Amino acid sequence: MKDFLLHSPFRLHLGILLLGVVCVVGLVLPWFAPVDPLEWYTAPRNQRPSLDHWLGTTSLGQDVFWLLTWAVFNSLLLGIIAAFLATVIGVFVGLAAGYSGGLLDRVLSSFMDATICIPSLPILILLAALSGGQLSLIVTGIALVVFNWPFPARQVRSLALSLREREFVNVAWFSGESRTRILTHHIFPYLSGWSAANFINTVLVAIATESALAVIGLSSAQQATVGTMIYWALEYQALLAERYVWIGAPVMAIILLFVGLFLLSSGLAMRSSDRRMSV
Amino acid sequence: MNFATYVIGRLIVYLLVVAIGMTILFFVPRFAPTDPIETMLAKVASQGAYMDPAQVEALRASLTDMFGLSGSLLEQYGVFLRRVFLEFDFGPSLSMYPTPVIELIGRALPWTFGLLLSATFIAWALGNFVGLLAGWRPESTSAKILEGLAIVIYPIPYYISALILSILFSYIWTVFPLTTTIRGAPWSLDLVRSIVWNSFLPAMSIIITSFGWWIISVKAQTAALKEEEFVRYARLKGLGDARLLGRYVLPNAILPQVTLLALQIGLMFNGSLITEIIFDYPGLGLLIYNAVLQADYNLLMGTISLAIIAVATATMIIDFIYPLIDPRIRHR
Repeated sequence: MKDFLLHSPFRLHLGILLLGVVCVVGLVLPWFAPVDPLEWYTAPRNQRPSLDHWLGTTSLGQDVFWLLTWAVFNSLLLGIIAAFLATVIGVFVGLAAGYSGGLLDRVLSSFMDATICIPSLPILILLAALSGGQLSLIVTGIALVVFNWPFPARQVRSLALSLREREFVNVAWFSGESRTRILTHHIFPYLSGWSAANFINTVLVAIATESALAVIGLSSAQQATVGTMIYWALEYQALLAERYVWIGAPVMAIILLFVGLFLLSSGLAMRSSDRRMSV
Repeated sequence: MNFATYVIGRLIVYLLVVAIGMTILFFVPRFAPTDPIETMLAKVASQGAYMDPAQVEALRASLTDMFGLSGSLLEQYGVFLRRVFLEFDFGPSLSMYPTPVIELIGRALPWTFGLLLSATFIAWALGNFVGLLAGWRPESTSAKILEGLAIVIYPIPYYISALILSILFSYIWTVFPLTTTIRGAPWSLDLVRSIVWNSFLPAMSIIITSFGWWIISVKAQTAALKEEEFVRYARLKGLGDARLLGRYVLPNAILPQVTLLALQIGLMFNGSLITEIIFDYPGLGLLIYNAVLQADYNLLMGTISLAIIAVATATMIIDFIYPLIDPRIRHR
């Protein structure tokens, strides 16, 4: 087992397996919930795990299992949308900087470097405070895009810089292919593996940041996300009441999700760098 | 590239960071869906104090003045920058009136710096040491177990490790305090012991989650360096393992880790904010959190400006140290 873990395809497969489990929980199961799990007092309160309520119920009379499915759904949705936008913006800015070079490259690069250095959490906290202590998921998502596009942009830029000088790009250029065609047919396929790894990594960062905000009660507490579940469990003293399943379930979900995402993204990056050697 | 160009280029990026950060800080409240002044007034009203309309108007005027909301947008921006950079004045704290914001920050900063610096240093040194040994013998069982562990622990976010630590060591097995209470006379042994005791879990939560990354990255470096010609030559010369590792591999493997440190500072700072809140640790994170809870906007603007400047400065300092310790870079 430990031998396989260091081996890139296995890493990739384990990541996909973990993510698959989380995705089934988060993307499929919510639609089968018997009642709206956000609704209070739809189940007896403070139950321990049983056949009726697999993971017990909360102090607000919600079924922990079905609540968790919705929480994972919302977290995944937020992460995927924010990461998608950040990756798309990052790839285009990075390509523009790396491929055109010169002054544009210098301006864009220092802008990327600067944005990376700004700590995002304090600014999200400020935003939350300004909207009355609760930050809506949409605003959180926009802020996450604003702070996370430079990471893929930097990587794509450095890749584009080296690609520009490669033989196969030169050959395409001298055989009279247009700039757009070179970009879409020769450079893009090359970037896709790295961008996929980056995308997955940004999903991780986005979900982590939102739940960090949620754990301290500054995200939208009325929505179920993995972070707000932990927040409510802490708020109702689940620990003092020794109701560890209520708080343990979202914590476990986060760990499984993050380990899965990290394995997948590093596995993808390993595969891309293997392929880079062979080109 | 000579040294002067390097320093100037880096300084420009630094100024850009601070300028972008401050500009965001300036514009965010102005485009926020809610009016901070109305929120403040509602907060005061909800605390039950009766105020006649004239008083409300007076309060609104003084708040407008304090937030720097009078005059045109450009004038406001100028006033804001002057207050942040030249006068370093964020006004009095609203929740702990009339203590100046800057004094509260001054009290909190040593805690955050102490926690973050010691945790970062321990994690970095320990992670690099373990990763170096693991990379030297990548086929050994312990190296594989270590990397497997690092891969599983690294993606776990700070607040989760903080929560798990507090569940394990403060609720289930009550060895460490749940919240921070520092006791002891100034400069006494008791005080030092109390500080170490109370900082242990917060620091551990940062160390545990960050050191996995150092193991992973330095192990890859070491494994690659081991196959380099100069290391092989030194081995054929009959040098021992300790000397090979210490003199040949370590200096080369450690350098990229310093650059990585600069990139990680912002993330680690985010983590320390949450850790401080969870453990009630009296640093900048807790101050920001209390400012949010009590709608203390002066304190909030002060702490967040400072956070941005501090992270940018720390990153720049590491970038400046790098050419000093890398003998391959010669700035003339």
